[in-house]
Amino acid sequence: MDGFIHQIISGIASGGIYASVALALVMIYQATHHVNFAQGEMAMFSTYIALTLIQAGLPYWAAFCITVPVSFVIGALIQRVVMEPLSKAPVLASVGVFIGLLLTFNSVAGWIFTYTLKPFPTPFGEGKPLFGGFVSRHELGSTAITLVVLLSIWAFFRFTKLGLAMRAAAFNPVSSRLVGVPVARMLALGWGLAAGIGAIAGMMVAPVIFLDPNMMAGVLLYAFAGALLGGITNPLGAVIGGFIVGIIENLGGAYVVGTELKLTTALFIIVVVLTVKPAGLFGKTLVSRV
Amino acid sequence: MPLMTMLLEVKGLHGAYGESKVLHGLDFVVEEGGVTTLLGANGAGKTTTLRAVSGMIRTQGEILFAGKPIQGMATEAIAGLGIAHVPDGRGTFMELTVEENLRLGAYTRNDKAGVAADLAKMFDLFPRLRERFHQQAGTLSGGEQQMLAIARAMLLGPKLLLLDEPSFGLAPLIVREIFEILGRIVRESGLSILVVEQNASLALAIADRAYLLETGRFVMSGAAEDIRKDETLRKSYLGY
Repeated sequence: MDGFIHQIISGIASGGIYASVALALVMIYQATHHVNFAQGEMAMFSTYIALTLIQAGLPYWAAFCITVPVSFVIGALIQRVVMEPLSKAPVLASVGVFIGLLLTFNSVAGWIFTYTLKPFPTPFGEGKPLFGGFVSRHELGSTAITLVVLLSIWAFFRFTKLGLAMRAAAFNPVSSRLVGVPVARMLALGWGLAAGIGAIAGMMVAPVIFLDPNMMAGVLLYAFAGALLGGITNPLGAVIGGFIVGIIENLGGAYVVGTELKLTTALFIIVVVLTVKPAGLFGKTLVSRV
Repeated sequence: MPLMTMLLEVKGLHGAYGESKVLHGLDFVVEEGGVTTLLGANGAGKTTTLRAVSGMIRTQGEILFAGKPIQGMATEAIAGLGIAHVPDGRGTFMELTVEENLRLGAYTRNDKAGVAADLAKMFDLFPRLRERFHQQAGTLSGGEQQMLAIARAMLLGPKLLLLDEPSFGLAPLIVREIFEILGRIVRESGLSILVVEQNASLALAIADRAYLLETGRFVMSGAAEDIRKDETLRKSYLGY
């Protein structure tokens, strides 16, 4: 029983990471109708930036606070320089560019930082697990950070004028321009935010799975499964989906398929959702008139 | 001709979608404080003309707003100058609430008190929007969405309002209600409106000046009253 509770709790902890990355995916999907396959690699690259800063002698939180805005700028720049010229290109062109970005970030990271696994520090201390041994300090801390991030993003979109304008630009770019919203700038902002969220997710997961250029491949797959499960058109659904996938992954890994086949659960979830309920649990079924 | 200030002056306007040319050298004006209407059948280029003014398509020719050239400017910048555009299909933000739709209308403004006052005015004109304030806009009826679209455009605090077929797809009773409210807005605020309509009799009833478009060219223009009174003209060009 204790083991079961522990599996659930660490499922929630990793679920939070998937939820963050799923949210980043959904944000860009809503605005562009494309899934940014490079989201994970961008997060991995950001984590290397953080590690470089820490190794240069900066305290953890200082490195954290520099990495997030730097990642934001990188994300926004990618939208402006790479994606914007493609905004009217066919789907396949965008998909090609996403894969190109993925490979570029992966290779550049490998080239600069090498492919060896590197330990990444946790800011929450190594000490003994808390609450009767159920939760490690890092699990508790990273879950708290994830929740703060998700809540702030929600509040930003719900309560601020800029957040409203970003949602409007994603839903209806034509009408948004007509009321004076600079849509291109909103898209760049969305990419920046997604990259910032990804960076935090990367820094939170790296102490658990170690840092290497392929670190986020699995995470992205789980996050994608979470986004699909919750509904890729619904940010809140994607977040919930991310948590559910985290729990399923941990329980499945511990009791059903074993750790080697854990990643298969993500693929399994993707296939099941796409065949049984393509809109996801909370997503909107898209209907188009013909 | 009396001394009227021209709010919008368009000279030699050409417009195209990709390769296909739609507008072939239009000249027209919108007087300050007046209602101008562009009439014409489906495909005559009415919607395209409005899109050209709002910078939504590539154009050639000159578009002067309050004396300043605006051709080639970004759509959002043109909106920022005070040109509100109710597009064809109404442009509702379906996924957002009525409140959020209206807040977006005031996106370019920072005067909270002014926006609140304008919102109160819109509730006065369209009481149904107050009832539906927290409802998702996609659930509104067509007439309500048209009201929302006009209110959203008015919240920009516009100097010029572009209206694309406000009667489209609506029941005659609702259409009459909306045109009555438009008439009230014009009388009370002195706003300038450029309205595009297929329903010529409706548009001529509130317009001061009318232009008739046929396949991208004006075939007739003049005071709305004259056209309304001239039965031959009406029968041959407007079919009523």
